Amino acid sequence: MKSLVTMSRRGALTLLVAAASVLGVSAQNVQINGAGATFPNPIYSKWFAEYNKLHPTVAINYQSIGSGAGIRQITNQTVFFGATDGPMTNDQLQGAPGKILHFPTVLGAVVPIYNIEGVNQELKFTGPALADIFLGKITKWNDPAIAKANPGVNLPATDITVAHRSDGSGTSYIWVDFLAKVSPEWKQRVGVATSVNWPTGVGAKGNEGVSGLVKQTPGAIGYVELIYALQNKISYGSVQNAAGEFVKASVQAVTAAAAVAAKSMPKDFRVSITNAPGQGVYPVSSFTWLLLYENPKDKAQAKIFVEFLKWALTDGQKFATELGYAPLPEEVVKLEMAVIPQIKL
Amino acid sequence: MSSTRLPFRLGGDLSFRIFTGFFALLLIVIVVAIGAELWRNSLLSIQKFGFNFWATRIWDPVAGEFGALPFIWGTLYSAILALVLSTPVALGIAVFLSEMAPGWARQPLVFLTELLAAIPSIVYGVWGAFVLAPWVRSLQVHMPDALRATPFFSGPPLGYGMLAAGLILSVMVIPYSASVAREVLKAVPLAQREAAYALGATRWEAIRAALFFARTGIVGAVMLGFGRALGETMAVTMVIGNNPQVSWSLNAPQYTMAAVIANEFTEAADDLYLNALVEIGLVLFAITLVINMCSRLLIMSMTRSPKAKVQAEAPVLPEPKAA
Repeated sequence: MKSLVTMSRRGALTLLVAAASVLGVSAQNVQINGAGATFPNPIYSKWFAEYNKLHPTVAINYQSIGSGAGIRQITNQTVFFGATDGPMTNDQLQGAPGKILHFPTVLGAVVPIYNIEGVNQELKFTGPALADIFLGKITKWNDPAIAKANPGVNLPATDITVAHRSDGSGTSYIWVDFLAKVSPEWKQRVGVATSVNWPTGVGAKGNEGVSGLVKQTPGAIGYVELIYALQNKISYGSVQNAAGEFVKASVQAVTAAAAVAAKSMPKDFRVSITNAPGQGVYPVSSFTWLLLYENPKDKAQAKIFVEFLKWALTDGQKFATELGYAPLPEEVVKLEMAVIPQIKL
Repeated sequence: MSSTRLPFRLGGDLSFRIFTGFFALLLIVIVVAIGAELWRNSLLSIQKFGFNFWATRIWDPVAGEFGALPFIWGTLYSAILALVLSTPVALGIAVFLSEMAPGWARQPLVFLTELLAAIPSIVYGVWGAFVLAPWVRSLQVHMPDALRATPFFSGPPLGYGMLAAGLILSVMVIPYSASVAREVLKAVPLAQREAAYALGATRWEAIRAALFFARTGIVGAVMLGFGRALGETMAVTMVIGNNPQVSWSLNAPQYTMAAVIANEFTEAADDLYLNALVEIGLVLFAITLVINMCSRLLIMSMTRSPKAKVQAEAPVLPEPKAA
């Protein structure tokens, strides 16, 4: 008798709970859409999945369609948030219907890879030498500009084949941004963008295309994302930083570059940290940014996304290193936390 | 009895006519809409560059200077190269399959040629980048110096470039032209061949007669392959080297219209850049249209005046009007 009553009670209770949860879900379930850069896609996917575990009612969709397309979509307000590897230009910001804020999320780096027959040592490159190679001015591996930085390495007189990305990409942006900082000629002749008018070389699609081309072509030099080189165990060269040290890219060296940048961070976070000053800094590093309207249209989504952003900048940072990204230095996180309240909820 | 059903039949005919006509019309509407949309979205670039867009060699997204010439060149060059390389092979396959292959080998071979068409182009691209390009490179390295001195093989041996693109395109195009050409040859009436044999023709002569009979269809088959080569994107971009330059050299990395759109569209944030990319699409659309029309005209001229054609094809005898 008693057991029957409790059973029915329990049944009613479960029913009630189930009904409530169904109702609750349908009332609060939120889907937020974003689009943009491909470079941070692995960490963003991880974040959205982890955040969804913590908050099952929040589902964030991210389409990695490229920085340019991300900027276009947020400008047209077809997505709630955008993402980009190169900060928006002033023209682009003025073209948007409202004020757009930049939030750095993690950092990445780009490394030089090469294939020279008979050379197994890790090479060192100065910035100007890299720029002249990519300008087509240095055409042989035994050029004094390369040899001087690599004493003891027997460099052959092989022709250099330059490999670059054919698809527009944030990786190219970071690479040419660095070249423009160290070479006035690069800045003036080629400039900085996700795709540029390459003075020389062969274009290959994606990190895999560039690394494949370099692997198969004796005498080739190219550049890939640090994560890609680490995951595929591709050896890469070190690059001379502004302090004159040759630094091999690592997660620590990239975070160090950001920590230096934090001291002179502009209020809108649109900062390039390539060739940053300071000891132990890897010079071909960059932030990647999330883009949000200061006054978003959808307040319900905005409230939830701001919570997510706070989580990503703090707890979420611990997922960065395992995926090969450099986490934000604490100084930058503090600065960003101070800007988040600007978003009108 | 039939008169009572006539109105219904008429109604059925009429609605069927409207029904099918609607779809035919839809096709025209879609083509016109694509053209109009491409035009509308490239206005900025059309206004800024005008006809210079067709003739300028510079493609500089940073400076905002855009010209389509290297891409037009690369597209036509690679497609013609593919045509030249693939046509003899495709014709050989078609003739063998329709005229000479033993019965047991025919079906498996037909299946294999058609299988080539079913392979996704990204697979061709990966194979091209990792197998074909290094192979082309070793070919270029071991090329005799006399050849390298010609404008067709100048420049360093990179593997990635026009030759690799032409080769991969020709492999991709072969199944299309081969299977259409085979169908066309199959459609040649048996009487044609029998007549040839009856006149004492050898097998080779009979096949020649069949080929001549099927010539329009064969031109159509080849043009189908050409159209496919013009628009191929993914496999080409992975092997062509993506360097916008106008060069005769098969060793040189070059670029095609479809490849530049695929490569740069996602990252093109500013309006002029985007418009220039859409205009590349418009140019490709126009060129494809013109080439298709030309091939139509070619086929029409061949079918319209068979007499003139026969005369032209007839062996020139040394003796006419000896005086």
